[in-house]
Amino acid sequence: MRVPLSWLNEFVTVEDIPVDTLAERLTLAGLEVKAVERVGDWWDMERIRVGQVLRVERHPNADRLLLATVDYGGGEPLTVVTGAPNVRPGMKVAFALAGATLINGYSEARERMVLEPRAIRGIPSQGMVLSERELGLSDEHEGILELEPEAPVGAPLREWLGDTVLEIDILPNIARCMNMVGVAREVAALYRRPLHYPSTAWERTGEPIDGRVEVEIQDPKRCHRFVAALITDVQVGPSPAWMQRRLRLAGMRPINNIVDITNYVMLELGEPLHAFDYEKLVERARRSGHEVPRIIMRQARDGERLITLDGVERHLTPDDILVTDTAGVLSIAGIMGGAETEVDETTRHILLEAAAWDFISIRRTSRRLGIFSEAAARFSRGVHPALALEGNRRAARLMHELAGGTIADGVVDNYPAPPPTVTVEFNLDFGEHLLGMSLDPDEVADILERLEFHVERRGPRHFTVTQPDHRLDIAGPADIVEEIVRVVGLDTLPSTLMADELPPMRPDRLRELEARVRDFMVGAGLQEIISYALTTPEAEGRLRLDGHVLPDEAYVRLLNPTSADRRVMRRTLLVSLVEALRRNVHHRDRVMLFEIGRVYLPKPGELLPHEELRLGVALTGPVRHPSWLEPEPPDADFFAVKGILEALCRHLHLEERVCLVPAEHPALQPGRSAAVELDGRRVGIVGEMHPLVREANDLPAKRVALLELTLSPVLAAVPETYRVEPVPRYPAVIQDLAVVVPEATPAADVERIIRKAGGNAVGYVHLFDVYRGEPLPAGHKSLAYRLHYQAPDRTLTDEDVVHIRERIVDALRQSVGGTIRGAVKASERPRAVHPTATSGTYVG
Amino acid sequence: MRAELQALQAEAMEALARAQTSGELAEWRTRFLGRRGALTRLMRRVGQVPPEERPVVGRFANEVKQALEAAYRERAEAIRRAEVEEMLQRDAVDVTLPGRPPSVGRWHPSTQTLREIEHIFAELGFQVYRARDVELDEFNFQLLNIPPGHPARDMQDTFYVTTTPQDGQEEGHQVLLRTHTSPGQIHAMREFAAVDPDNPPPVRIILPGMCYRHEQITPRSEIQFHQVEGLAVGRHITMADLKGTVEYFVRRMFGAERRLRFRASHFPFTEPSAEVDMDCLLCRGEGCRICKQTGWLEIMGCGMVHPVVLRNGGYDPQHYTGFAFGMGPERITMLKYGIEDIRYFWQNDLRFLEQFG
Repeated sequence: MRVPLSWLNEFVTVEDIPVDTLAERLTLAGLEVKAVERVGDWWDMERIRVGQVLRVERHPNADRLLLATVDYGGGEPLTVVTGAPNVRPGMKVAFALAGATLINGYSEARERMVLEPRAIRGIPSQGMVLSERELGLSDEHEGILELEPEAPVGAPLREWLGDTVLEIDILPNIARCMNMVGVAREVAALYRRPLHYPSTAWERTGEPIDGRVEVEIQDPKRCHRFVAALITDVQVGPSPAWMQRRLRLAGMRPINNIVDITNYVMLELGEPLHAFDYEKLVERARRSGHEVPRIIMRQARDGERLITLDGVERHLTPDDILVTDTAGVLSIAGIMGGAETEVDETTRHILLEAAAWDFISIRRTSRRLGIFSEAAARFSRGVHPALALEGNRRAARLMHELAGGTIADGVVDNYPAPPPTVTVEFNLDFGEHLLGMSLDPDEVADILERLEFHVERRGPRHFTVTQPDHRLDIAGPADIVEEIVRVVGLDTLPSTLMADELPPMRPDRLRELEARVRDFMVGAGLQEIISYALTTPEAEGRLRLDGHVLPDEAYVRLLNPTSADRRVMRRTLLVSLVEALRRNVHHRDRVMLFEIGRVYLPKPGELLPHEELRLGVALTGPVRHPSWLEPEPPDADFFAVKGILEALCRHLHLEERVCLVPAEHPALQPGRSAAVELDGRRVGIVGEMHPLVREANDLPAKRVALLELTLSPVLAAVPETYRVEPVPRYPAVIQDLAVVVPEATPAADVERIIRKAGGNAVGYVHLFDVYRGEPLPAGHKSLAYRLHYQAPDRTLTDEDVVHIRERIVDALRQSVGGTIRGAVKASERPRAVHPTATSGTYVG
Repeated sequence: MRAELQALQAEAMEALARAQTSGELAEWRTRFLGRRGALTRLMRRVGQVPPEERPVVGRFANEVKQALEAAYRERAEAIRRAEVEEMLQRDAVDVTLPGRPPSVGRWHPSTQTLREIEHIFAELGFQVYRARDVELDEFNFQLLNIPPGHPARDMQDTFYVTTTPQDGQEEGHQVLLRTHTSPGQIHAMREFAAVDPDNPPPVRIILPGMCYRHEQITPRSEIQFHQVEGLAVGRHITMADLKGTVEYFVRRMFGAERRLRFRASHFPFTEPSAEVDMDCLLCRGEGCRICKQTGWLEIMGCGMVHPVVLRNGGYDPQHYTGFAFGMGPERITMLKYGIEDIRYFWQNDLRFLEQFG
């Protein structure tokens, strides 16, 4: 909300408080001053002045231009050229002399420029009569700004019109401060200064209102109060310049004196008001067979419509509360009036509405219709019904003073639902216990009274506190504590660390393991990513070779997405990884990513989905960074991602329980994909992206290795502890063994046979070469293993080794028809042929 | 004999001086000192010397042998040194050539900040509690003192989910993406209180997690972001404790010299409520673009747990008090590293991510 200090000063003296101090104090007390605008602080004191138009003549050479002669309080009056339609002799204007800096009203960017003397259509112009736009007051450029008649000719405009505006962020709990008096009350309490209310007193100036309007509230749950006043014989016209100025500074546009008064009182007191053209109401009453207008507050009916003040036709629903009469809808209660009964230049009599509404209902309607009027902004946060009568009286008084109206005697006040007056028993002990500091009873009482609570002292430390009738936010003693601490200042609170007992320990093992997995992946050289959990079914469909898009029910789907690209919760991490790959492949050859995150799987018949924690990996490009030492390292492939998975499983001591089985997957290349099984149960997939899926996802023609693993079963399987074997005391005998087997024999089978046949005499089995070709028979491959033979209690003899080796060779022959190419006593480590070959644990 | 030995010594010494490599040296050793070497052969003949001369000749022969062996060791050492020297020269590289690049993994910046936050609060005895992303309206709003239609709902525009019952009868059963991690406060309090409903144990937790808001994605606003909330409930928890805890955190996170400001604010689930500002990291309170000339950076919201929320969690507000606070790790990361576009966080552009240590 915009608070001009000149206006605020009318209710509480603030002109002696430095603006920054005031802003800070309000901010700390919960009225956050977001900005301080100094209106006119850049206006030239010499060259921008209050002027008075002496004469207006036609421009001899242009039909639409005028010549205005202006007295600016210095030397001879100057004649300037203007196109302003509202310029007239006698009016007070803002006048700029050549050389003054102004805003260029014709430029889009509204930058400042220096006013140059020049001739317009042959007539020299030495200055300018100014509109609000040139002064930066608003975008108004239709006519020139008219100043109050009492504005002193020749005075610097900055002195007359300059102001400081605080822009305050009003949170829902201080909705009572959405007006000048509300802010003034806070200032008065914070600075211990008196608060002056605007006068709402008025004298009967006309005939009684009785019999001239009837009010009926059919829905008292949503309309808590309705006050109607009648002001007759008003003169509709522009409101006085001071009122227009204040409205503009507060961010509203002046319309006419009647409408301006309703807005002014709303800004001043916080009660939104509405002015109806009474004669139009009478006409409607007659049209519907009644003598007297009858104002009825009721629920809207399905299909009802109203053209509002802004000319838009609104469709109403039974959710809405309306102001109606016997002829139909008049206005959307608390939000916007209807066009038909609006006040215009011909209006003579005013029916003035001040009401109180259920804020939830107003809020709902305002949001549904997308109308965020100043009235709706206030009513949707709650306005105390007591303000209805006050606001009504204040506005009626102003209509009498400023529009010459006659106020009918009395008001029609229908008040079926007064809010309960909240009384709170407040003990200082409670406050001290909650705050952790001591409170002084006199100071507490003083603070509450300055905020207009009614305070009764029941004992030295006990108060009965009654809420003032402008606020609706008090429910219990905690609210009272908030008021106290807000005013004394949170900076007075001491700062302590909890002395309370420590809560019981609640270890979260899955979280700790998840962190270990994350650390392991980082250690393996992968970059962690965090992605949007929201995607589209189509994006996930593109991850399938068949392009199949799952039906909407398969997804947690947003009712109100803000973007078509983010409208369902993902079912797979692969969709996120692919999106991240796509973002990077155009500037990186090598992208190695992982994500640990949730996927969201709806459960039939249940409101909430299963949120499953997964690990996803995507690798593309060279396994190692290319360098001058190794310009072209091999690209990451199936085995690169498998190697990471294997190492992770070893890290978690799950290597015995996790295995890969060949399996197909819609995203993956057949023959290069596998299911990850834990104890025989499928927990993930690993493989290379199918080349056609890669194309469908705009990825370059390079292998993409993927892994997706459901973490919860994997982490749950991680043993609490494990045994560490003693380091062998006797040296191992190291031998290599090359087995020739048919192509179809899985390497894993061969290794398993070796380990089984070798038993605990074979401590280390490491495949270091796979060979095909001469002199092997076609359809065969040779798998070369390095074996460590050893015993825990002695050094094995050559005979022992021959014996064990025979056992292994026999087993291989019998199980997979393997033949031996040769056994060599290894003298040095074999060359690593796969990236994984170096990651084995060396034993012996 | 003695002359022969002297001659041999002279010859050997001369040959030794000529030996330049370890190969030549080995040859020399074989030739003179080996089992069939010249000196060995000569020494075998000491037995043939007359007995009275034998001790003298024998001693002299041994002296020669020791002298040659000493000379050999010296020469061997010199040659080894020379050879190592030569090898080192051959092995020298241009040290300005780039190194062999290792594969370095990194944590996402949000993970790093989350861990830092968790670590600091662990020092104060806070444990981590996690809850679900897709929530019921009841937990995200109503039990937190935000009834339907409450203005506070505007402050956190919500993504609703289509599994919401359409008939509108079951208002509390609307399904949404949590707008804050506060629903976890209720879940945690209820879970803990269930252990001993008449005398619930104290609570001291932080709740990290992803939250979602119905926003346009712009440099300043995102549809998803992390939040970390803290909750402490007990019989003697005060607002002064809240202040002390927040100060401890901020100074551990941002530096011991940080100045803090608590200003009154409003959250439906706390009463009293406060917003915490820290002096601007960039201008140290002078006023700059980052702090919008205020000198202050808003860093977290906090307050004393609202009695209604305590009660909804199973803690009797007559006997228990508590505080809660909440902050955004992405915002903290942005402040710390001068990042001005929040969209970087989920775009996963390596050119952004790789800048974090």
